[in-house]
Amino acid sequence: MPPIISNKTIKLYCLTSLAKIAKVMCLAIPMRIASIEGDEAEAEVGGVVRRVSIALTPEAKVGEYVLLHTGYAIGVIDEAEAKETLKLLEEIASFSEVS
Amino acid sequence: MKFLDEYQNSELATKLAHRIANHSTKPIRLMEFCGGHTHAIMRHGIRQLVPKTVEMRAGPGCPVCVTATIDLDKAIALAWLPNVIITTFGDMMRVPGSYSSLQRAKAEGADVKVVYSTMDAVEIARENPEKSVIFIGIGFETTAPTIAASIITAQQEGIENFHVLSCLKLTPPVMKTLLDLGEVKLDGIIGPGHVSVIIGSRPYEFIPADYGVACVISGFEPLDILLCVDKLVEQIEAGQPKVEIAYRRGVKPQGNRKALELMEEVFQSDGANWRGIGIVPQSGLKIKQKYEHFDADKVFRVGLKPVREPKGCRCGDILRGVATPLECKLFGKVCTPEKPVGPCMVSSEGACAAYYQYGSPKNSERLGKLWSKL
Repeated sequence: MPPIISNKTIKLYCLTSLAKIAKVMCLAIPMRIASIEGDEAEAEVGGVVRRVSIALTPEAKVGEYVLLHTGYAIGVIDEAEAKETLKLLEEIASFSEVS
Repeated sequence: MKFLDEYQNSELATKLAHRIANHSTKPIRLMEFCGGHTHAIMRHGIRQLVPKTVEMRAGPGCPVCVTATIDLDKAIALAWLPNVIITTFGDMMRVPGSYSSLQRAKAEGADVKVVYSTMDAVEIARENPEKSVIFIGIGFETTAPTIAASIITAQQEGIENFHVLSCLKLTPPVMKTLLDLGEVKLDGIIGPGHVSVIIGSRPYEFIPADYGVACVISGFEPLDILLCVDKLVEQIEAGQPKVEIAYRRGVKPQGNRKALELMEEVFQSDGANWRGIGIVPQSGLKIKQKYEHFDADKVFRVGLKPVREPKGCRCGDILRGVATPLECKLFGKVCTPEKPVGPCMVSSEGACAAYYQYGSPKNSERLGKLWSKL
């Protein structure tokens, strides 16, 4: 009897999960600062909490979102700009509907 | 997840794509500098979503890929020195050097550890005072300040067995080199988002000023990239190329001052060897004399055998944007993620890996159909 799941499927599955956990070098993900202690902070995303360094973003405050790259917060996300961009996107979308 | 999900809205994406199609009248070629962008573009099917007039090419923005074979050979040779622990980002492990890889060296008994952060490498040095811990420092401006911070931490805490082999590279000088080479005619550049979080948008001003090429800095979600393409098309159609930021929640024109200060404190610019391009002046970062006891290049001497490049591998051409992965004869046949010939197939930011994972004709067709239904 042939195996229910082919080796190819298993290999594919392993590769995809590997790709997901791969440490992409220029990737930075938004995480929320939960607490700060000196140069270090606890940051949270989707229920996962990590200790991160805020040596590069001393201005980061609790409750703000930072971009995390290889354990370091490299920038604080500008919430006002984030909203502005979303508004712009909505505007562009509604405009293209009319045109 | 906040600041991610809202930039993945497919309804807005389709509308934005229609707008781009309405504006775009002449054929143009864009280059996404960053490997992270190549992956996002392939994964979300953005090549299928933008109009046929807009061609998108992958560029040299994959730190693992542009690391020259000789630097890789050096890292592997360092691993065989007595009492040495090599620490590296995971992406480097499987990249083939001339004769071996870090992964093979590890299997053969060398002490090679994968770390997520330079902080972990410093921690390993702290816990193993009798060993020399060498961190293989690859990356662009995004990673450079984190490595600078680790050297400063080691200095402050007196951790003298921590060393860095700096293969760090700078983005604007290599963009200039590509534009000077002129092998591939570009109308616009999708600027790297996270490099720009650090350096800001000003270092790219020469691109429109000297070369008449548009440059828009983009984030990594589908809507970010489409917004960037929209701005590029608009600029190119109007014949008014300039530097713009389409990733304003992350990038400020002046960059991250603290990170730039740390980089300035520890590093100075120097010529760097890029795979497929060669030595580019002032395009790398070396550790300043003040911190030379952390510089693995100064502290350790290794003998190297002549460099051997993999036969038939077109990583170099792909990194310069001259060829796409599909034009390489080895792609998907001899060279796969399981048995990579060149680094572009290994790295999670490599163009070949992205094309292999998402770019099969079947997948492209599926994405094309999916988008046309929306």
